[in-house]
Amino acid sequence: MTDTPLSLIRNFSIIAHIDHGKSTLADRLIQACGALTAREMTNQVLDNMDIERERGITIKAQTVRLTYPAKDGNTYVLNLMDTPGHVDFAYEVSRSLAACEGSLLVVDASQGVEAQTLANVYQAIDANHEIVPILNKIDLPAAEPERVRAQIEDVIGIPADDAVGISAKTGLNIEGVLEALVTRLPPPTGDATAPLQALLVDSWYDAYLGVIILVRIMQGRLKRGDKIRMMASGAVYAVDQVGVFAPRMVPVDDLGPGEMGYINAAIKTVADCNVGDTITDDRRPATQALAGFKPSIPVVWCGLYPIDADDFEKLRDSLSKLRLNDASFHYEAETSAALGFGFRCGFLGLLHLEIIQERLSREFNLDLIATAPSVVYRLYRTNGGMEELHNPADMPDSSLIEKVEEPWINATIMVPDDYLGPVLSLCSERRGIQKDLTYVGNRAMAVYRLPLNEVVFDFYDRLKSISRGYASFDYQMDDYQESDLVRISILVNQEPVDALSFIAHRSAAESRGRSICAKLKELIPRQLFKIAIQAAIGSRVIARETIGALSKDVTAKCYGGDISRKRKLLEKQKEGKKRMRQFGKVEIPQSAFLAALKMD
Amino acid sequence: MRTHAQSEPSVALYVHWPFCRSKCPYCDFNSHVRERIDQTRFAAALRRELATEAAALGRRPLRSIFFGGGTPSLMDPQTTADLIADARALFDAEPNLEITLEANPTSVEAGALAAFAQAGVNRISLGVQSLDDAALRFLGREHSATQAVAALETARRLFGRLSFDLIYARPGQTLAAWRSELDTALTLVSDHLSLYQLTIEPGTVFEGAARRGLFALPDEDASAALYEQTATVAARHGLAAYEVSNYARPGCESRHNLGYWRYQDYIGIGPGAHGRLTRADGLHATRRHRAPEPWAERVERTGSGTTHDDLLSQQDCAREMLLMGLRLDEGIDGTHFAARTGMALEDALDPAILRAALEEDYLAWSIAPASTRLRATPSGRLRLEALLGALVL
Repeated sequence: MTDTPLSLIRNFSIIAHIDHGKSTLADRLIQACGALTAREMTNQVLDNMDIERERGITIKAQTVRLTYPAKDGNTYVLNLMDTPGHVDFAYEVSRSLAACEGSLLVVDASQGVEAQTLANVYQAIDANHEIVPILNKIDLPAAEPERVRAQIEDVIGIPADDAVGISAKTGLNIEGVLEALVTRLPPPTGDATAPLQALLVDSWYDAYLGVIILVRIMQGRLKRGDKIRMMASGAVYAVDQVGVFAPRMVPVDDLGPGEMGYINAAIKTVADCNVGDTITDDRRPATQALAGFKPSIPVVWCGLYPIDADDFEKLRDSLSKLRLNDASFHYEAETSAALGFGFRCGFLGLLHLEIIQERLSREFNLDLIATAPSVVYRLYRTNGGMEELHNPADMPDSSLIEKVEEPWINATIMVPDDYLGPVLSLCSERRGIQKDLTYVGNRAMAVYRLPLNEVVFDFYDRLKSISRGYASFDYQMDDYQESDLVRISILVNQEPVDALSFIAHRSAAESRGRSICAKLKELIPRQLFKIAIQAAIGSRVIARETIGALSKDVTAKCYGGDISRKRKLLEKQKEGKKRMRQFGKVEIPQSAFLAALKMD
Repeated sequence: MRTHAQSEPSVALYVHWPFCRSKCPYCDFNSHVRERIDQTRFAAALRRELATEAAALGRRPLRSIFFGGGTPSLMDPQTTADLIADARALFDAEPNLEITLEANPTSVEAGALAAFAQAGVNRISLGVQSLDDAALRFLGREHSATQAVAALETARRLFGRLSFDLIYARPGQTLAAWRSELDTALTLVSDHLSLYQLTIEPGTVFEGAARRGLFALPDEDASAALYEQTATVAARHGLAAYEVSNYARPGCESRHNLGYWRYQDYIGIGPGAHGRLTRADGLHATRRHRAPEPWAERVERTGSGTTHDDLLSQQDCAREMLLMGLRLDEGIDGTHFAARTGMALEDALDPAILRAALEEDYLAWSIAPASTRLRATPSGRLRLEALLGALVL
């Protein structure tokens, strides 16, 4: 398989909106090429993670090598890079795209183009990909292939005359997709005799094999026993094994230009494997590294704390393992008076945050508390310094601040026109500025400039509920802009609960402060002493609530001489206090803060 | 009478009779229903266990005897007489030794009261629980309100001292209904009442029923109001709340129970009975096998049904003394505390909580020339579990 001429290789990825059938199409292609027997097929072969299968989304790029005997009599090697569809994983997408020459754009023929599809298509176009539009679900009675074909041309601006109509579910015209790949996508280029240049596309930790690296060979050859060098870190390793995903790991002798595969080199130092780095031959190194990927910049931050303080080291270890697999995610240790020891973590977006949290709980069995998400602010101090601020607790006194800038996004929302009214009011409620409003059929496409701060605060949930789930939403970071932002502190018995403080536009400060105080009053059980809850900007209190002392808590009976039982109950009560946080003379269960954070 | 060194503290004796005619749906005590009870066997086992314990302890002053259960009024009165005689022989009984028996106010048991008085019992505690027939049925009791009143009449003639139990804060019970029931109760007894709020205990019939939503207890505020009214009504009749759930005319307190709350030594014999005993190396917590027959079998084999005899740490002692002592209106004497636990009272308490609780009037110091006492105020006693949980280190 290593002698495949370049002309018989096609590397491609699939771009689609959630539920438009990307993973199902991938399954059909694998089946049609006989890579797995029917018995081995489980739905969505490439979505390895439980979360991916359950949510029907792809998070991690996966790869599979297929062989296809085409109508022209040649047998082709088709390398499929599966890509995530969600904007939060744009970084993963850019990595996948850089390893391929073309893309299949899958659009549901009954639904049309969605907001999330747009960004990925534009990325593919930027990566000089040849794009083959696929109209899926043409067997559905609601399918309107002609209308959707026109929409692809209007909205995306690429020709769609020869879009391939298929049904991934029934397997209708999968052959047509395979033929289009062979005839319409360009083969890769590269020189097998040149010094090795392999793009490090991904790396992850396998419990049995250690660190596995996914590469795309651009120039030269890579074989078992070679000494490779990571061009960025300079680290050198001997290659134990090279192989391909078919989709199981199959060792091969070597990999040539245009091919994708994995390397196992007994790598111990995770930090040496920078995704986007170039791998070269240590004895005959390339003079230049490949252009890496656009580095990922976290736009949403939150604190993650173990519910059981004893799990802190386990959390640190789990985060470092996750980071290996997901370079887009950042973390640093931090301490909270209310929640103890934890980490400040940066994510590419809210879904990314949710996915990481879920992976930590499922794959690493950790119970975590997340603080309210915050965006990255630019803080200009009166002394002239500028710093990035992503933890509201770090915001200095207003007398030290010259100005604060917040990030804005360009948001694209596509929604059936029945729900357009509420969607537009939501956007203006959130300080949005309309830039464009167009119709395609009965679907409207609204483009807004919005402060990201307003989006991380329950925007998705509200959008979903006011459009009954029909609206699709996507955004790209735009720029920073000065804004009248204030930090609202939440105080319990005069002591600030750092984990609950947040930054908001002055116009929203009072109502959000009031709602958090009211929420805490509901959530904090009555204690031995009364509790004052306040929201304040600096020293000015903007909202307050009081929780009265509990009125009765005594066991009527103390049976005879069984004092041991009473003492054991006391010890249990004291044990329970490990889950409590002290605020002056009252101890408040951590669960109350957790619940308050969850409701945000 | 022999004289005693200071190192031989007085003891109280608790005798547990584990059998009942039926299990009450609210009760989680160590009680068992048997078709036939081998009176001779259990009488012999109790006497033997008492002898074994006395041999280990040596002669000590005896403060009180308490027959509890189960239903100790189902015991052969002769067994009671024998145990009292044994205890008087093995220990140095104080003058006016208080000897209490718990009894149910059914007509059968009321008929046996004279025999218990004859046996030496001088204080009776009747499990009346309610003076309302519907409530008695709900509580699974075998007697009626009329029978209870009759049993009280009989008991008053036979015993110098009389107390009974009532359970209140029952589902749906109003403040007015409880006031009138309690007023009636206070005309029937003049020196002592135990007034318990109904609590749902794990493993009882009521626990399952409450979980299925068949009934609900009054909420926190309603229950607090009932509790406060109880103290007011009792006080009007001259009974003071000397403990969380116990009310007495001054001088009529249960001396036996005061011994628990003051954290003094006591011997517990019979199935599942607990003891606190000062031995050469310190204070021990003892426990007997809970199940009646295995307990008796153990006693027959070894002389004792003990399953646990553990030396308590200083912290355990301090915690237990605080848990018990703050239930009492008199509170805890700092000097006694230090003598019993080897620890200053303040050192066993969280200083910040102590300060706050004093400010909030949950706790109070009473300072007299010879003693400094820490006591929970009525308002503190109302929240005692939460207070102890925060206060006790």
